[in-house]
Amino acid sequence: MRALINFFLKHYYFLLFLAFELFSVFLVIENNNYQKSSFLNSANFISGNIYNGLSNFNSYINLYELNEKLSSENTQLYNSLKTTYKSNKISLLEIYDSTYFQQYVTTSAHVINNSVNRQNNYLTIDKGENQGVYQEMAVTSPTGIVGIVKNASNNFASVISILNTNVHISAMIKKNEYFGSLIWDGKNYKEITLKDIPNHVNINIGDTIITSGYSSIFPKGKLIGVISDFEHEKGGNFYLITVKLSTDFKKLSYVYVIGNLLKQEQKDLEKTSEND
Amino acid sequence: MIKLTLRNIWRFAILVFLQIIIFNNIQFSGYINPYFYIIFIILLPFETPKWILMLSAFLLGFSIDILSNTLGMHASACVFMAFIRPFVLQYISPRDGYEASSLPRIHYYGFTWFLKYSVILILAHHLFLFYIEVFTFSGFFYTLSRALLSSLFSIIIVVFSQYIVYRK
Repeated sequence: MRALINFFLKHYYFLLFLAFELFSVFLVIENNNYQKSSFLNSANFISGNIYNGLSNFNSYINLYELNEKLSSENTQLYNSLKTTYKSNKISLLEIYDSTYFQQYVTTSAHVINNSVNRQNNYLTIDKGENQGVYQEMAVTSPTGIVGIVKNASNNFASVISILNTNVHISAMIKKNEYFGSLIWDGKNYKEITLKDIPNHVNINIGDTIITSGYSSIFPKGKLIGVISDFEHEKGGNFYLITVKLSTDFKKLSYVYVIGNLLKQEQKDLEKTSEND
Repeated sequence: MIKLTLRNIWRFAILVFLQIIIFNNIQFSGYINPYFYIIFIILLPFETPKWILMLSAFLLGFSIDILSNTLGMHASACVFMAFIRPFVLQYISPRDGYEASSLPRIHYYGFTWFLKYSVILILAHHLFLFYIEVFTFSGFFYTLSRALLSSLFSIIIVVFSQYIVYRK
């Protein structure tokens, strides 16, 4: 017994180190599993409020650029209003039918924390469950997709950016609808890699890449970017396509959070078929 | 003694604040990010009990982790750095040891000593941090270059800060 105590006293420094180190590494591994919700993230109350104050200051500096963007977006929206179109209808009768119903709801939010320099990047936005933002909702910006909501607290939410080596997103080439998965290699924040497009498909530099809508998170047809380069995978039957992102992740400010009202239904259905 | 403790607590808070507000936003060419906050561990007094050294390093890394969504990464790197600090101090100690009531600063032991000391500790911290961040040895040299470039910047800032902030 005494020998044991002596051993602990003699090596307490190393044992202490081991304990702290194991605990930290445990935290890293636990947190790497990005579907798991964790309490200690930037969506919690204290850090959420710090970043809120910080981004208030930052958004002041970027006001000019932001106004430009908002006004261009407004113009687009005005253009899509019903009143701007002339009706070709011959009949004067309006028909209300039930074939259309709402599938996606959109909320706007403000990015209050953001990073592009890590391997696994996250953002924090200033909307949470009180404002109708929940886990696994899609986040897009006016110029393209941004990420997926990971955790939501009452008034904040943390978002996994697509600049995260853990995230795979289903994407397709707009002109011929071949789909593959998008993966970030952790190097350049302006580019992302599209894999699993077979060799026989005809692609060109400059082709538009959009979301495929197969994942129940992103609606179909959201812009991702354009092809800037492609090569044949070594020894494989697939292309390795470099996509230039249309969103500048260093300048994100306002984003839209999109919820799919039919997600649960789709998931349940897919689950039952998988079990068969 | 109490004064020294209080001063270190202040330094802790200010460094975490600075790291989050300023240094986390400095990114040269997309992936060079200086981590200045570790100067806290570098500047702790020689006589700090080892368990306080370890605990404060853990808390330091942990606070940075919570604020930047990297749970565990900075904490583990800081703990590692704190662990090797006594050995480094022993390895580079001047011939007649460290004077009582002196601090590990450039003004007490000179530029070369301080540079050697901070280079070893910062390299240890950054290498540990960047490899635990990618959590794999694939892309070994890419990660290595990121770690080395960031270390270079951290070292420059740490050494310069000694001339700017601290007077004898």
